[in-house]
This record gives sequence, structure tokens and C-alpha cells, in this order.
Amino acid sequence: MYHYNAFDRAFVAERSAQFRAQVERRIDGSLTEKEFKPLRLMNGLYLQLHAYMLRVAIPYGTLNSAQMLQLAMIAERWDKGYGHFTTRQNIQYNWPKLRDVPDILDALAEVGLHAIQTSGNTIRNVTADHFAGAAADEVADPRPMAELIRQWSTDHPEFQFLPRKFKIAVTGSPNDRAVTAAHDIGLRIISRGGDIGYCVLVGGGLGRTPMIGKVLADFVPEADVLPYLESIVAVYNLLGRRDNKYKARIKITVHETGIDEIRRLVEREFTARKVAFTGIDQEWLAGIRAQFAPPVFERDAAAAFNATYAAQPAFRAFVDTNVAEHRQPGYAIVSISLKSHGATPGDATAAQMRVMADLAKTYAHDELRISHEQNVILPHVPKRHLATIHAALHRADLATANIGLISDIIACPGMDYCALATARSIPIAQEIATRFEALKVEHDVGPLKIKISGCINACGHHHVGHIGILGLDRAGAENYQITLGGDGTEDAVIGARAGPGFGAREIVPAVERLVFAYLDLRTSPEETFLDTYRRLGMAPFKAALYGRGEASVNAA
Amino acid sequence: MPRPFTPKVVTASALLEGDVVYMTPDNRWSRYLAEAEVIEYEPHAQIRLLDAEMQPDQVVGPYLADVRFGANGPEPAHFREAFRMKGPSNYAHGKQEQA
Ligand code: HEM
Ligand code: SF4
Repeated sequence: MYHYNAFDRAFVAERSAQFRAQVERRIDGSLTEKEFKPLRLMNGLYLQLHAYMLRVAIPYGTLNSAQMLQLAMIAERWDKGYGHFTTRQNIQYNWPKLRDVPDILDALAEVGLHAIQTSGNTIRNVTADHFAGAAADEVADPRPMAELIRQWSTDHPEFQFLPRKFKIAVTGSPNDRAVTAAHDIGLRIISRGGDIGYCVLVGGGLGRTPMIGKVLADFVPEADVLPYLESIVAVYNLLGRRDNKYKARIKITVHETGIDEIRRLVEREFTARKVAFTGIDQEWLAGIRAQFAPPVFERDAAAAFNATYAAQPAFRAFVDTNVAEHRQPGYAIVSISLKSHGATPGDATAAQMRVMADLAKTYAHDELRISHEQNVILPHVPKRHLATIHAALHRADLATANIGLISDIIACPGMDYCALATARSIPIAQEIATRFEALKVEHDVGPLKIKISGCINACGHHHVGHIGILGLDRAGAENYQITLGGDGTEDAVIGARAGPGFGAREIVPAVERLVFAYLDLRTSPEETFLDTYRRLGMAPFKAALYGRGEASVNAA
Repeated sequence: MPRPFTPKVVTASALLEGDVVYMTPDNRWSRYLAEAEVIEYEPHAQIRLLDAEMQPDQVVGPYLADVRFGANGPEPAHFREAFRMKGPSNYAHGKQEQA
């Protein structure tokens, strides 16, 4: 994995020292909040409903055990013993005290982590497929490019004051696990006649105006990617609207200007910029790629796996739902669910973080990933260790076999923490998971993605949930709007609104009606919720939600 | 026609911890809504908000929040304020642990 070079280390140390001085000056009164706020946001420090919140970047979601142990130490020493993993492959601490934040940043820097560019109108933490470098379906590892983009964009002088924040995601697999179509720029590595290139999508995004990214270029050779990206960001920097924050994202620029005109401008810019790239970025890329070299895989890694799999039903259930195919024979990818039924999606205690770190170190080439689905991944596991890992996870309440199922819910912090929220998300997620666990239908229902946001900003990705739930404030009460048919994969679709919202007490029964309607409607257990919705459309689900009479009224 | 003025309190986040605080009649910042000064007169509300804004060394982001009169003094009028008063619903953290 990537290790900081001397430049990175010096940069992070300097930023941390600067911030320590800024905090002192805020506390002694020489900085006003107005002056201090942009400074703290630049360092990932937000003020939420009940406390400060520190957002720590985990570039492309990759961590080693030492970093995970440090996250656990921070949770215990300066927070309330846990951390919250988010859809942006970050970790958030919900309770740091202002005075402690500089110490936390120093502790992060010790293991090469930081909170820079987790906020502000900059190029944010670049995200990548959480199975990168491991997935059986991968064309090429997306992380070297993600890292190259990180290095190029960090403190890039031209791009510190963009019209709005800018998010980039990279996938190296045809099965898009990085939701590239919902990012300002999405990159998809493809192979054409043996040549590696990048399909570039632009103008995707969620929030109040959700849009699916459009293809700007279907094949950009690797050597041209950075100048091409720089050209896109430069065009956006000029055209992007600074008059209205709600119209400032590149998705609006693309929508208003038209993809063809954007393409023409980007290509013109590219011709000019390409000459300034002397190939130094390609040297960097080669250096970075060497750091992402795959681990030295064991031979005969599967050993007695098949026998244990056949003999132990609980282990078998875990393997069937939480283990994915690895590119290396004898290996597997393990997804550790942070969604045990009734728990807060994405939360892990310090003790759980230590268990995961130890397992990674002892059995799995010292690597961990954070997924945008708020779970933790062990990307390189020899199958012979799976049973031991399962047992250890089970003891730490981390062995819930629900990856991709109805209780594997994405939920943003909502009004339990977030100052922008219009309703809570976490209790709805908890209740749905508990309810379906009690009904014992989760495995029968099969793949179903529920995603919940506590306001229109859509941090919980509700637009791309098969069932999306958006929490709103309707006349002073929490109200939840349902969208159906959203999809965050390579065939990305924004979900459609089902109709009027439901109160906090009605929303879980409403979801239950949807799910039972699906079980009645599907042609076979192989037909998923999303497939059934695509085949039949909204009408039968609307009927399940609102009853026949009302459905026709609402359809008007 | 002007709408009737709803009673208000001045609330903010404490600078050092970010904890929810309320302005009291004797110019302290209390962690408890019950101790807040309830303001029933619009011009006075604006003055108290100005007072709060002049204490940036203690609080961040002061604003006026609507309250209702309840059995034990002021109660939040909106659910957001009710959550701020109580703490998050997924753990007994924040004000719930101090209580
Ligand atoms: C609690 C503090 C947070 C604040 C103040 C915040 C703020 C925002 C805002 C204002 C937007 C809308 C941006 C736009 O449409 O221009 C947004 C979008 C988003 N945020 Fe958050 N957010 C917070 C927490 C989170 C968390 C916890 C996550 C991850 C779980 C997250 C991930 C995202 C994602 C994925 C989007 C939508 C993608 C897009 O940018 O279009 N945010 N956030
Ligand atoms: S969607 Fe809204 S409530 Fe949820 S974290 Fe984002 S800004 Fe907060």
C-alpha cells in the first residue's frame, strides 16, 4: 500500500502545527468564529448538533492495521470509544473537544492519516472500489490513479477555491462498486484490445438535484488522464456558477452548458495543457504503482476450507453472504458488516477496530478497506483462515451475515448528529433491521439496498437505493419520503418518488409492505427486488404502499 | 397582520465542547433548557441575541429558538430543539450521560 513520502509528511506536520496555533488563537479570542470556521473546516472539523465532529480522510478507503489501531486509540482517548465509518470512506469522530483536536491530528499524522480536504470547495478525498486490487472481475487496480489524483489535487493552487466541492471516484471493474456515476468525475478503467484506458464520466451527483454522470470521453489513454482531468476542472472553474450555491456543482454546469459543448471546451483546454505535462506524472504513477504491488500470495491458500464449509452451517451462511471472489486462487475477500441488527450503521467500537486490525495483521496481509456501504473489508484472505476469522469476528459481534441484504443499510448521521438534518436516519435504519430480523425473511428476500438520508443533501445515497428513504420536516414532524428503483452500479439510475411521505411511526410498516409485495410479485427467488421493480414498474408497489384507491389518486 | 410572537430562548454551542447551551436571565450559559431565560417580547429577544453574539469566547452560532411553556418551564417547540436538548437517540451520549 501507499506510504507517505518525506514531502507528504512535512506537509501534514506543518498543517497540524498551523492548526494548533489557530485553535489557540480562537480560544484566546484573537480569532472570531467567522475567521476560524473556514480554517477548521479545512482541517475536517465541523460543529454538529451536540458537539464538534472530526472527519478523517481514508484515501480510497485503504488502511493497514497500525492505522486502524491508531483510529481505535483516538476513539478511546479523545472520543466516546467508537468511530463512525461513512459513505465517503471516511471515519468521523462525533465527540472531540476543540482543545484536543490538534493532538488528534498529530496522532493521525503519526500513521500517515489526516483530515485535509475533507471539506471546502476543493477536490475531496478520492474514492475507489473497496475491492480494488483483489476483485476477480477487475481490469486493473484503480488505486494508483486515485493516489496520483490525490497527490496532484492536494493543495493544487489553481483548485483551492472551486465554485463548489468536487468529488472523484475510480473503479477498475466493470461491476461498479464505487458509484462512479454519482460523482463530479467518475473514472472507469477499461481494456480495449489489450490497451488500458479510462472512460470519463462527468456531472454526476446526488444532493438536491440528483443526476447520473454523462460520458465525456469513452477512452482516455492512461498518460492523458491527469491533463484531461485538469482540463475538466479548469473548464468548470471558469464556467461553474458562483452566484448560487445550489447551482454550483459541475452537474449543473454540464446540464446548463450541454455535454457536447463541455467536451469541446475540455478538448480545447486539453490541447493547451497536455504540453505542460512533461511526463513527470507518469513517472510518479509508475512509482505509486510499485507501492500498490499485490502482496506475495501464499500457495495452497485454501487448504481445508471446503471441508469446514461443508461441515459448519453458520460459517457457510457467513461465507455465502459476506465473502466475495478474489482474483487469486485460494483467496477470498471478506466483508465485515458494521450493521449488526439494531446497531448504528457504520459504527465500530475501539475494541472492534482492534479485532479487525489484529485479524488483518495476523491472517490477511495487513490490509483493510472501508467501503462506501459503511462496512470494513479484509481484501486478501487465504481461504484456509476464513473459519478462524469468522470465529473471531463472531466473538466481537462482527459476524453478521447480511452483506447486500435488507439490513445492510446505508444511513447518514441525520438529526442525531448533523446540524443540517431535517429528520433522523439512524433510528429508522435500526428499526428496519430489527424488524426484518424478527420476521426472519432477510435471506429469502435476497439482495436489497435500502439507503437513508436525513435531508435533501443525500449523504446517505437515498437516490440510488433500491428503496431510498429521505427524512424531511413536514409541518414540524419527521416525515419520510420513499423513492424506488434507484441503482448505484454501472447501470446507475436515480430512484423515482413513490408518493406522499410517511410519519416516523409509519415508515417501517410501509417498507414492510413493499417487501412483502415484492415477495408476492417476483417470478422466482432469483428475481431480485430491483429486477421485479424494473419489470413491473411503480404501480404494484404504490398499491402496496397506499392501497389501491389512493394509488390511482396519487398517480395523477 | 403581524403574527403573534412565540416565546424564545437564546441557544448556542459551547466553544470548547460544542455542547448545547442556553442563555440564562443572569447572563450565564446553562446546559439545561429549564434554566434558560424565556423571552416573550420581540425587541428584547433581539437585544439578548446581540448580547450572546458579543460572547464569541464562550459560544458559537447563537440563535433564537421557539419554546412553549410546559409543566417544568420551557419546552422545545420543534423536534430539532428537542433532540438538541436531549442528545442523540442511538446512544445515551451527550446530555443524557450527564443527567
Ligand atoms: C455531518 C456533517 C455533514 C455535512 C455538514 C454534510 C454536508 C453535505 C452537503 C451540504 C451536501 C450536498 C452537496 C451538494 O449537493 O452540493 C452533501 C452531500 C453528500 N455528502 Fe455530506 N454532509 C455531512 C455528513 C456526511 C456523511 C456522514 C457522509 C457519509 C456517510 C457524507 C457523504 C456525502 C455524500 C455521499 C453526498 C452526496 C454526493 C454529492 O456530493 O453529490 N456526508 N453533504
Ligand atoms: S444527508 Fe443531510 S442529514 Fe444526512 S449527513 Fe448529509 S447533510 Fe446531514
